Amino acid sequence: MYDIGKYQEATTVEEALRYLHDDPGSRIIAGGTDILINVREGKDMGVHLVGIQRINPLRKIIVNREGTLSIGPLVTFTELEENELINKYVSYLGQAGGTMGGPQLRNIATIGGNICNGATSADSASMLFCLNARLHLRTKESERTIPIQDFYLGPGKVDLKSGEMLTEILIDRIDYQGFAGKYTKFSQRKALDIATIGCSLMLKIRKNIIEDLRLAYGVAAPTPVRCCNAEQYAVGKMVTLEVAKTIGMKALEDVSPRDSWRGSKAYREQLIQELAQRAVMELLDQGGKKDA
Amino acid sequence: MEFRIVGENVPRKDAVAKVTGKARYTRDMGMPNMLYGKVLRSSITHGRIKSMDIHKAESLKGVVKVLTPFNTKCHNFPTAGHPYNLDPNHQDIADRNVLTDWVRFYGDEIAAVIAEDEFSAKKALKMIDVVYEELPFYLDPEEALKEGATEIHEGSKNVVGHNRFTLGDIDIEEAFDQADFVYEEVLEVKPVQHCQMENQVAYAYVEGNGRLVVVTSTQIPHIVRRILSSALNMPVGNIRVIKPIIGGGFGNKQDLVLEPLVAMMTLAVNGRPVLLDMEREECITSTRTRHGARFYMKTGLRKDGRIIAKQLKVYGNGGAYAAHGHAVIGKMGGDFYRLYPAEKAVEYESYTAYTNCSVAGAMRAYGTPQITFAFEAHMDNIALEMDIDPLVLREKNMVQKGFVDQLTGVPILTCGLPEIISKGKEYIDWDKKRKQYSAQTGDKRRGVGFALFGYRTSTYPVCLEIGGARIVMNQDGSVQLQMGATEIGQGAATVFSQMAAETIGIPYEMVHFEEFTDTDVVPFDPGAYASRQCYVSGKAVRKAATEVREKILKRASGMLKIQQFALDVQDGNIIRADNGEVLCHVGKIALDAFYNRTDADTITADVTEVSDTNCIAFGGCVAEVEVDIPTGRVEIMKVLNIHDSGKIINPVLAEGQVHGGMSMGLGYALSEVMLYNEKTGAPRNNNLLDYKLPTLMDTPRLDVLFVGENDPTAPYGNKALGEPPAVPSAPAIRNAILHATGVKVNKLPMNPQTLFEYFCAAGLI
Repeated sequence: MYDIGKYQEATTVEEALRYLHDDPGSRIIAGGTDILINVREGKDMGVHLVGIQRINPLRKIIVNREGTLSIGPLVTFTELEENELINKYVSYLGQAGGTMGGPQLRNIATIGGNICNGATSADSASMLFCLNARLHLRTKESERTIPIQDFYLGPGKVDLKSGEMLTEILIDRIDYQGFAGKYTKFSQRKALDIATIGCSLMLKIRKNIIEDLRLAYGVAAPTPVRCCNAEQYAVGKMVTLEVAKTIGMKALEDVSPRDSWRGSKAYREQLIQELAQRAVMELLDQGGKKDA
Repeated sequence: MEFRIVGENVPRKDAVAKVTGKARYTRDMGMPNMLYGKVLRSSITHGRIKSMDIHKAESLKGVVKVLTPFNTKCHNFPTAGHPYNLDPNHQDIADRNVLTDWVRFYGDEIAAVIAEDEFSAKKALKMIDVVYEELPFYLDPEEALKEGATEIHEGSKNVVGHNRFTLGDIDIEEAFDQADFVYEEVLEVKPVQHCQMENQVAYAYVEGNGRLVVVTSTQIPHIVRRILSSALNMPVGNIRVIKPIIGGGFGNKQDLVLEPLVAMMTLAVNGRPVLLDMEREECITSTRTRHGARFYMKTGLRKDGRIIAKQLKVYGNGGAYAAHGHAVIGKMGGDFYRLYPAEKAVEYESYTAYTNCSVAGAMRAYGTPQITFAFEAHMDNIALEMDIDPLVLREKNMVQKGFVDQLTGVPILTCGLPEIISKGKEYIDWDKKRKQYSAQTGDKRRGVGFALFGYRTSTYPVCLEIGGARIVMNQDGSVQLQMGATEIGQGAATVFSQMAAETIGIPYEMVHFEEFTDTDVVPFDPGAYASRQCYVSGKAVRKAATEVREKILKRASGMLKIQQFALDVQDGNIIRADNGEVLCHVGKIALDAFYNRTDADTITADVTEVSDTNCIAFGGCVAEVEVDIPTGRVEIMKVLNIHDSGKIINPVLAEGQVHGGMSMGLGYALSEVMLYNEKTGAPRNNNLLDYKLPTLMDTPRLDVLFVGENDPTAPYGNKALGEPPAVPSAPAIRNAILHATGVKVNKLPMNPQTLFEYFCAAGLI
């Protein structure tokens, strides 16, 4: 039982942007796995929706000549996990998406929706932070490309302007080439759950020395968050258990988890340290790098 | 006893209907012209309604009527699915009305909308303005029982019930003085919820002849009928209750939750059909829960590990209404006393308190999972302190065959405990692993743990145990088996049919069982609760089937001109008892019974059987866990439930029953808990995202073993199996965690956050 005031369905980006422009209060529905829950709970009763599910160009994953990976916002998590290009270049992004909900949800929920919903717990978001993803946003009249870090404003709040739509997620070659990566979702259940802490790690190692390391968390702050202190510390270090532990501890300087009934601050801090440390050691075991 | 059909893996009667989607649940049906009801639930935890404005809601298009506590009239009623007690002093507490102006928990029912469609009904709820006057609230039973606490029910002092008993020749304190070792501690379990797949749902209407019909997903149709009669002041005979196929109950439907309200709704609209279909959020908050409890436990032992004195004081969290009253917490006394009888003295005292939590009621195994967690944890703590193997401690103390329960007079005639221990030890390689895991360091540590329990099969002698069965033979010799006992997914229709087929001597396929339980049709039986139906109602099946068999043989004897004692019924045929020669099919006898011009007399039996025995099922769980200390996560490496439930009527169904119980036990152990906002009393996690019911991904391989012998008091050698599987997993896992880490976790659930706190306190993190 959903109280939906109006529904318009677009088949092209331009059409969608026109609907959004003409009805400024309206909202985009893609997979619907967030918005319909809100409507059912009575939070967005009478909402005006613009459906974009049939805009096929938004489902594409391509690599251009420069090696920039472009992911359409309508790509579902199942598609992301199974996509050849994703598996070739950023398999850990697919793996992160594969921890969402359950199979039915992953078949319908989209990566664009995950980002635009603005939740710190979004399983794809912290990895996109590591990947320095850029978001291409369009309105009827204008377009812009911004780093994902700038898009997240606060809990559930993103820099999506009235009439604006996410049309592309971009990742440059320099941001994935030579990296190994791993997403660790720590949640109470192994499926159908939200993360207590989500930890995204990317690591580039040469001769056991850390050439580059990127670390980001979900649920460790009001938005997904990159850990610059930990990253700066790590570069140039020889990987040992001690170094891995210190990376975990340094990460605490960059995060601000809170006490809630879903988990205490102390417990989240414990996980933040522990998950980073484990991920570093695990990626080291895997060789710490991948040919690009 | 040798059986031909009992003990066989015959397919479920409803298997095909369920897998093809043809099975009809309440929500699959409904009526033409049906209206939809929605309930307005309180948004405070304790207080009075000062005023309620329904004008806006009433004027919304599609709204037919808005019911409030001020415009409805209904007698206070009890809700528990107990047999009626003729002694007014022992009747269930009638503290409930359909709608209330005294809010007692967050989510209490304060108004209801009837509308042409669900959408309008839901919309109208938001248009009702309520002004409250708030009162202090209590989420903890001991807080609610404190002197001067605000009463949740007038005159109750917040006591739902209290009981106390002492057993033994000497005073408990004297017995403790004689002990070489006394161990005392506090343990705690929190409320959890059934989360049965199908939420409560019902619809009601009034027939042209003025009779009220309520179609409801209930475990207890005949009891619903009686309680509706007293709530609505309507003769029982004017009420018809129909139970369709059910998507689970686990005790949550052993209470009247929405039936009085849906009945009131149809009566308010001249008998037009009204549907009330609860949403999951409502179901978690506003139906029933498993009682939380705090246990103050003290045990005295001799040097050799024999228990000489046991003392327990329990404070149970009854929630906002009495529901099952003190029965759940009171029952724990018997479990506490019976499994490890103390040599000298036992003292048990318990309170059930009214609190402003969701209402506690019956949930699979009715108090036994709670007390078993507490006492089995206590046993392992004692074993650790005394440096004894926990199984040796149990073997020295556990109850044996021949024991007579002093509280009930029920003797233990069969007891599989020794076999449960030996089989469990073998499965987990106990002796080796207890040693191997005794001195671990590092982040990941393993441990093995065991827990035992005893479980009384029916409620006798606490309650009346009565069962009814009617068997009507068809013209082809097949039979209709009609019972008030209910199929609620557990397989009752199948096993009752096996029993009837066994005793009559016809194939299983020739027994037909209508899963719709209609109080206009089926004989009286209080329904599915305890683990009673196979045992109590099974006796009624045996009695009716025996009568039918006698009638078949008598008629066959006359038709075949062979003396009755020389005949037998087997596999649907009349045979010679001595050499098995097939003489004719039962269909021939049936046809004669219907149409013999001089001697027609159809073959039927309609019986009631009162069960005045009881028996104790036993069981245990053994588990191996790996504890990830820095994250507080527990992985279950191996887990086995072993059950002595006497004769297993249908092993495949029984195994399924055990799997479900173990899953429930694992959730109880590691993740499930109902959380309330301490500042407001509002539920935190009344949805299946935040209420951590384990998923299949969280569930390890579940191993099952049955042991034991046929119980002589039972109709087919069978003892309880419905509820027991949910009992032992939590304490077994808890004891394995103790073995792995040396940390005594004395509360549930043992989720990562809780274990993190315990491990920090113990210096492991």
